[in-house]
Amino acid sequence: MSTTQQAVPIGRAVGRARLRRAAWHGGLFGHDYVWALGFAIPYIAIFLFFVIYPIIYGLWLGSEPALYSELVEDPRYTMALVNTLVYVGVGVNLHIIGAFLLSGFFMRKGWWVKALLGIYILPWATPALPAFISIHWFFDGQYGLLNNLLYSLFGIDGPVYLNDRWLGMTCNIAAYVWKNMPFWTVIFLAGRMAIPQELYEAAAVDGATGFRRFANVTWPLMANLYFVCTLLSTIFTLGDFNAVYFVSGGGPGMSTEVLATLGIRYAFTLSMPRLGVAEVMTALPLMVPLVYVLMRKLRVSGQQL
Amino acid sequence: MSATTAGGRLPSRRHYRVRRYLVEALCMVFGLVLLVWSLLPIYNIIIVALSSHDDVFSGTVWPEHPSLHSFVIVFTEGFWYLDNFWHQFGNSFFVGFMTMFLTLFVGSLASFAIGRLHLRQGWLLSNAALMTYVIPASFLAIPFYRIMQIYGLSNNLWSVIAAMVTFATPYAIFIFSQYGKTIPMELDESARIDGANPLQIYIRIYLPLMAPALVAVGTYALLLAWNEYLYQFLLLSTPRSMTVAVALAQFLNSDESPWNYMMATAIIYALPPMILYYGFRRYMAAGLTMGGVKG
Repeated sequence: MSTTQQAVPIGRAVGRARLRRAAWHGGLFGHDYVWALGFAIPYIAIFLFFVIYPIIYGLWLGSEPALYSELVEDPRYTMALVNTLVYVGVGVNLHIIGAFLLSGFFMRKGWWVKALLGIYILPWATPALPAFISIHWFFDGQYGLLNNLLYSLFGIDGPVYLNDRWLGMTCNIAAYVWKNMPFWTVIFLAGRMAIPQELYEAAAVDGATGFRRFANVTWPLMANLYFVCTLLSTIFTLGDFNAVYFVSGGGPGMSTEVLATLGIRYAFTLSMPRLGVAEVMTALPLMVPLVYVLMRKLRVSGQQL
Repeated sequence: MSATTAGGRLPSRRHYRVRRYLVEALCMVFGLVLLVWSLLPIYNIIIVALSSHDDVFSGTVWPEHPSLHSFVIVFTEGFWYLDNFWHQFGNSFFVGFMTMFLTLFVGSLASFAIGRLHLRQGWLLSNAALMTYVIPASFLAIPFYRIMQIYGLSNNLWSVIAAMVTFATPYAIFIFSQYGKTIPMELDESARIDGANPLQIYIRIYLPLMAPALVAVGTYALLLAWNEYLYQFLLLSTPRSMTVAVALAQFLNSDESPWNYMMATAIIYALPPMILYYGFRRYMAAGLTMGGVKG
């Protein structure tokens, strides 16, 4: 890991500018274009057949205005919309802030911190399906481990978590945070490790400790990463299907569905594919600015990082 | 703290040491909480898998008669949901490895065209990849399902492979382009002077030098395909064509689900990716820091 990381910035700065010039002016490799096109064709084909075509087909499926008035009148849709906003708003911030703070914790020295990190990333290594099925059973009101523990440790009779809309949403968010926080922690950890130690030494000489060290050294260098991670995580969370589908199952009475699960429910359980597509399309006003900012950010950082 | 580091006088040093132990102790308590948080669902899945049918519904924290009976049932396909378990396991492997190979193939070719041959419209391709990368797969599921029917691939493993390759390739192109910049272009140039054509450069120079990135992306693609649920659930419908993920979720269909069998199946399903994950952790981390991020 360390070797690749060190090699990255050096190779880039030199190679790119010079070679671009060679490609523009060099004329020497004229038939290269045919070669390059040939190499790119498999990906172009995949993109056209499996990305562009579905998108256009989807736009066509969801193009009837009547579908949208039907959606607005459906209380399940309104609930799903509110749930999605809560799920994304709370879930994303909770696990990104948590990951950011924990990455600071895992910078500590000591063998047990290293060992803990190895265990802490278990949720990330676990496939989503077994993890969420387990959590679903964990929250079961009657036989679940959580209520068993509460009863045997404190003598408390816990509530039936998945029988209530907001308790169910809390369970969904907890499951999502549990599963995804380690991943972002590792990203932030890598970001923190990339900060040169000299900066901290210089800050120490200037007398900066504790919070001032964080505010004047760590944060300015991490802010961009934090921003990109928040945006990416927002999109991933918006499109997340598994946590809600398996933990609360959308129940009780489809009151904990989010946009990603309700669309599938419309299309495949209730056999209304057009309504499902229209439902997904209503996420576009939220998606498009996110995608736009993110694409700019990733492209810029991809060239400069 | 600043005063003690500057002065180092005796009383303050003792004070500093006490404070350090206190901080360390607090951290350990916090670490313990984190440990419990991380392990609870894992502990849950293990105890249910070890329980007998009665234990599952007895409300205990540890099964009274822990046994490996459920695992034996899964291994011998001894329950009607599990009739095709090993066949489905094979399906999952097939989908995983095909996704891996095709993603590496398509991704490396495209990144070679963009990064090494400087395809003039390369920026368009990278943007296409970037766009695919940030569109949630679940939002494309409904039209994708319809399109697979149009292509005549419904209930066919290749439809899942196509979907997985579609969603894994953008990440591959992203990582390969980033990593490819560390390989000096002079190698390509000197090979050209020796008379090599682009295909030879791709096979003899590009691929061998890209090995670490290939491992990172290959692992990523394999895990993505193995762990994915939604597309496999939508596109595969008969027991013979299902992957383990779909078969596992089938347990939830019936009311009297044997949770212990289900959890045992879940553990067996989760083990290969977890072993792979911990085995290639170094590469995974390298891939992430090289290119960016993906959950």
